[in-house]
Amino acid sequence: MFDYLKYVREENFPHIWCSGCGDGIVLKALLRAVDKLGIDRDEAVMVSGIGCSSRTPGYVDVNTLHTTHGRALAFATGVKSAKPHLTVIVVTGDGDATAIGGNHFIHAARRNIDLTVLLYNNYIYGMTGGQCSPTTPRGARASTAPFGNLEPPFNISGLAIAAGASFVARGDVYNAKKLETLILKALQKKGFSLVEVVTPCPTAYGRRNRMANPVKMMEHLRDTAVSMEKWESMSGEERAGKFRTGVLCDVERPEYTEEYARLVEEVRTDR
Amino acid sequence: MMQGNQACAEGAVAAGCRFFAGYPITPSSEIAEYLSIMLPRIGGRFIQMEDEIAAMGATIGASLTGVKAMTATSGPGFSLKQENIGYASMAEVPCVVVNVMRGGPSTGTPTLPAQMDVQQARWGSHGDRGVIALTAKSAQETFQQTIRAFNLAERYMTPVILLLDEITGHTTEKVVIPERSTLEIVDRAAPDEPPGEYLPYRLTDDCIPRLAPFGTGYRYNVTGLVHNETGFPTNDSRDIACLIERLTKKIEMHEDDIVQWNEVMLDDAEVGIFAYGSVARSANAAVRLCREAGLRAGLLEPTVLWPFPTKAVLEMARRVKVIVVPELNLGQMAREVSLAAQCSVPVRRLGRVDGNPITPQQIVDLVGEVL
Ligand SMILES: Cc1ncc(C[n+]2csc(CCOP(=O)(O)OP(=O)(O)O)c2C)c(N)n1
Ligand code: SF4
Repeated sequence: MFDYLKYVREENFPHIWCSGCGDGIVLKALLRAVDKLGIDRDEAVMVSGIGCSSRTPGYVDVNTLHTTHGRALAFATGVKSAKPHLTVIVVTGDGDATAIGGNHFIHAARRNIDLTVLLYNNYIYGMTGGQCSPTTPRGARASTAPFGNLEPPFNISGLAIAAGASFVARGDVYNAKKLETLILKALQKKGFSLVEVVTPCPTAYGRRNRMANPVKMMEHLRDTAVSMEKWESMSGEERAGKFRTGVLCDVERPEYTEEYARLVEEVRTDR
Repeated sequence: MMQGNQACAEGAVAAGCRFFAGYPITPSSEIAEYLSIMLPRIGGRFIQMEDEIAAMGATIGASLTGVKAMTATSGPGFSLKQENIGYASMAEVPCVVVNVMRGGPSTGTPTLPAQMDVQQARWGSHGDRGVIALTAKSAQETFQQTIRAFNLAERYMTPVILLLDEITGHTTEKVVIPERSTLEIVDRAAPDEPPGEYLPYRLTDDCIPRLAPFGTGYRYNVTGLVHNETGFPTNDSRDIACLIERLTKKIEMHEDDIVQWNEVMLDDAEVGIFAYGSVARSANAAVRLCREAGLRAGLLEPTVLWPFPTKAVLEMARRVKVIVVPELNLGQMAREVSLAAQCSVPVRRLGRVDGNPITPQQIVDLVGEVL
């Protein structure tokens, strides 16, 4: 059995998440990946915004920075560019990263700054009680879309790829082992690395969308998450209502802090 | 010879600033431009962010790693920064925020002088907290006040606002840069205890926390939620009151160390002028002109606006018959002066908001009128 206690702040448990919430599964996958890579806890910084998902760092025994809603990537950019040797992991929600923080999200990806971003996509604003987020599917119900959501959702991973991220993967909490592998790869990659994690929020989303039972939500994940290989063999019809998981993008691009270090070497006058 | 904005950049580097994050905005952009040249040359970091909110966030993030960090902006950007300025107050992260003021509301007058953000500097972010805000009237003073802003930020573990205005920022004049070794430079205090016993927000007699830089073996939590000594969120009403009261007390109890002002011919003055920033230049000239004309005017020139120099104003109010407050807004500081003077003398405001500076003659005329 993996010893999670090695990495958590036991004194902060029990956690704030509802039973049936997927956020704890992401936390565990992250800790296993961190352990495999032997990341030094003193040299690791976890940065988050505001939301249920953004409470994750509070449970992890590293340097942790719980910032303002939507701004985790801005704070993280400051941490990473000031001290590039630190491993900086950002935890954010779909609302945090793509609504209020959308601007920081695309620009951090464009800069290709070496951050590992875990974006918990539960299709809803969990913490504030179930309002629409930019990823709420069309027609789904939310506390601010009582008659069904009219707006089309963002494809978060697609957005990150288009903006210039060097590594983008999508995982889900039903396939937790695979999620761990994706997080591990993201941590290893130099550059802006995103793992979009599809995770259930039975309380704020499920309840309004005929999936109040957490088990039902997990079953739904099992039935809709499709591996890349399988996806390729599926027809357009079969793909409807499903999503791809796996590494969606892995390219080499100049990384921001390395480029900056090179510039400093070139222009330095103080020695 | 240099511009006020350049003097600000020079002062920052002299103070030990090695990180700047900004977003271009007139009349502050030259600060970013100078630092984009200076910082990489000395191994510091400069980054242009996607907006002012991000610039403020990055500044705080950098500071938490132990690096002295600054951002600079003007009115509209200062408004955008407010939420994260409040975060820096709450989490007690030292940093310097320069606001080269323009006229508002909204986009206002980008290229014209104004002093319309002096109350925003105090109350712009939600919630109760103590605030330190400095000002300067010349390029020379800007150099020195930028260093002082860093020193106060590091000593009191708080964001410090430096309020300049378009005249100070853009006037090119002589600046004497002292030998580095003669400058007083303050660095934040290191924790007194080893990591195992460390409480980042431990209650101390001086109310100032010892935050260890990230990456130095002290693993703790930083949050904008109300937290206790451990840095973790709490809903305990005693902890809540303790933190919120401390954020104000931390500044109040050190007022004597923070607040500074200059006095010009106040001893026998009948009219006391209260003026700050570029208006203090006109006020200095006005005092001379008044004295030549036989009018007994004196000047109280605060170089720290927040905490407000209450004692100095009350002292002046006891001596003079009337106080006049010329400023490039409609009485933002005149209100404070009235409060501090406790109705002991009349306070007359001279507010100019047409984008032009207040001239010495305007002040002289008002002094003549009230005497
Ligand atoms: C500036 C600001 N606006 C609004 C809020 C209220 N708020 C807190 S969390 C949240 C949404 C969180 O949703 P998401 O990022 O999807 O995270 P989840 O809770 O679902 O994990 C909002 C709107 C806030 N804290 N700050
Ligand atoms: S509201 Fe939703 S996201 Fe938040 S803890 Fe509960 S289940 Fe998880």
